[in-house]
Amino acid sequence: MTALAPNSYRSGPDERGHFGEYGGRFVAETLMPLVLELERAYEEVKNDPAFHAELNGLLKHYVGRPSALYFAERLTAHLGGAKIYLKREDLNHTGAHKINNCLGQILLARRMGKTRIIAETGAGQHGVATATVAARFGLRCVVYMGAVDIERQKPNVFRMHLLGAEVRSVASGSRTLKDAMNEALRDWVANVRDTFYIVGSAAGPHPYPAMVRDFQCVIGNETKTQIKEAEGRLPDLIVACVGGGSNAIGMFHPFLDDREVEIHGVEAAGEGTETARHAATLSKGAPGVLHGARSYLLQNSEGQVLEAHSISAGLDYPGVGPEHSWLKDRHRVKYYSATDKDALEAFQLLSKREGIIPALEPSHALAHVMRIAPKMTRDEIIVVSLSGRGDKDVFTVANALGDSL
Amino acid sequence: MSRIAERFAALRDAGRAGFIPFITAGDPDSETSFALLERLPSVGADLIELGMPFSDPMADGPAIQASSSRAIEAGMTIAGVLDFVRRFRQRDRATPLVLMGYFNPLHAYGVEPFASDAASAGVDGLIIVDLPPEEDDALRAAASANGLDIIRLATPTTDDKRLTVVLNRASGFLYYVSVAGVTGTKSYSEDELRFAVTRLKMQSRIPCAVGFGIKTPEQAHAVAGFADAVVVGSAIVNRIAEGIKDKKSKVVIVEETLEFCGELAGSVHAARAATDIG
Repeated sequence: MTALAPNSYRSGPDERGHFGEYGGRFVAETLMPLVLELERAYEEVKNDPAFHAELNGLLKHYVGRPSALYFAERLTAHLGGAKIYLKREDLNHTGAHKINNCLGQILLARRMGKTRIIAETGAGQHGVATATVAARFGLRCVVYMGAVDIERQKPNVFRMHLLGAEVRSVASGSRTLKDAMNEALRDWVANVRDTFYIVGSAAGPHPYPAMVRDFQCVIGNETKTQIKEAEGRLPDLIVACVGGGSNAIGMFHPFLDDREVEIHGVEAAGEGTETARHAATLSKGAPGVLHGARSYLLQNSEGQVLEAHSISAGLDYPGVGPEHSWLKDRHRVKYYSATDKDALEAFQLLSKREGIIPALEPSHALAHVMRIAPKMTRDEIIVVSLSGRGDKDVFTVANALGDSL
Repeated sequence: MSRIAERFAALRDAGRAGFIPFITAGDPDSETSFALLERLPSVGADLIELGMPFSDPMADGPAIQASSSRAIEAGMTIAGVLDFVRRFRQRDRATPLVLMGYFNPLHAYGVEPFASDAASAGVDGLIIVDLPPEEDDALRAAASANGLDIIRLATPTTDDKRLTVVLNRASGFLYYVSVAGVTGTKSYSEDELRFAVTRLKMQSRIPCAVGFGIKTPEQAHAVAGFADAVVVGSAIVNRIAEGIKDKKSKVVIVEETLEFCGELAGSVHAARAATDIG
């Protein structure tokens, strides 16, 4: 049976924070009043021109927006199919899309009178972006990061220290992003009065998935304007990598009601989705509840959450934002995966063909494009969200390629 | 009358507070954990809170996180927890038993089968930490159809407006979380706690148990002066952790943990008399 297509794919979530059967507010009672307070505060600023004027000013002058939409001519020629455009979020201040959301949330935190900022981070990009905005606004900042991630993302740890943030190593569980998020939630429960939790993914309890999405929609909105300028029409396909899914939902959301645009999300297949070592939550997981929302989840038959695996710390998460789960079930977005090996190939290809070193996260999206672009015609158009730059990954990649730096 | 209601009525008649120990089912292994569970009533447990282990216990501090990990590693499952309860009920028909845990394992088991299996095993109530009133419709319906109480939580962040939401359809007892924090970490101020519990009891007829951060017999004694029941968790599971660290035998770990529970129970049970004299 096929579900009827809704009038709009952009109207969620409902007033209880649900995207269909996904999302919601599955948090401890101690946090409920805070989550409700946050929702009220966000509703207030959402339609406040002064808030948006300040945010847009910072996005322009501090982040350097709009980010370029770049025609990857040599990559296109190499793959010999559809025209490939890259949405250059890697050119943002701090080197990734994460800053878009952090600025929005810290302005909200300031309005709410909060004086202390906490965040979780996987690859360190969200941690760096949070530490950056905390420095910019003079607020204390604590970033939780899994001990495993601290090891593989040392340059970002050092950057956070430089920015004045305290990085707290999380040694529980799998010692990666999910555990850092557990620890950040524990911190929030214990510091309810003064602390604002800047969530980096379009995940967590309502209103986070909607709020993070809204702040990231600048990616898709700019892309829409830019591609119309460049090509006079919308793209045939947009592609983004999906870990928690914040760059993807920001890129996808403005296009959801443009039915002619096909949309692909690409998850991390790690060592392969046929192995136990991957992070392909939507492809291989099942609905469950973690970190405040109902969504697809990598879990065993007992409902215990499994460890995810990916060469990219930013995709190494066993959950995914609830709106992606809904979009998957409604078949509006198709979700694929790319392995560590595929991503490493794409990483090198873009570096050599375009002189752009991408982060390992969007290298997964590029790997998918490498497979699909040659099968498309030369007058078709693909836009890829190049969500971050690869400086942070050079040690990881060198190691994977057997090159000791 | 449910076992929980009966027990609180009996405590009220006896003019004393109840002692509620928490242990995680299967910590550190199935056999040791069951040996502990079945003897808790004999050392003074008035009601038992049995933890269902979860991989990501977000509302718990290090002690219960570790306890949960030990239990999972030792192979504990939801079916295993229910089997514990079934075996416990073969010997003890009177002591109420509530399961505490997180929603995902129940979600994976299936909410309706879980409620029905839990009730037939002899469970009396459920505390699902990450299932606030806004999200508990499905479980509440299944629980109520099977005669299980849903124990709601109130916390220092619960204002009057929120309390109305929390108390709406609360049953069994109300669990007051003494600190804004995770289990077993911060300590509360006794005056603030007394004030909060007094306020709750004015607004609700259901009994009020207090937990989080109560670690010693002295603290338990003080809280029992004004609360209907006192929950101790982290301090108890820490005894198990220390026993393992000190390489004590499982038998010794059970005996020492029970001895500690006995001290806690004694001080809870003596509290009201002491209050009267004081």
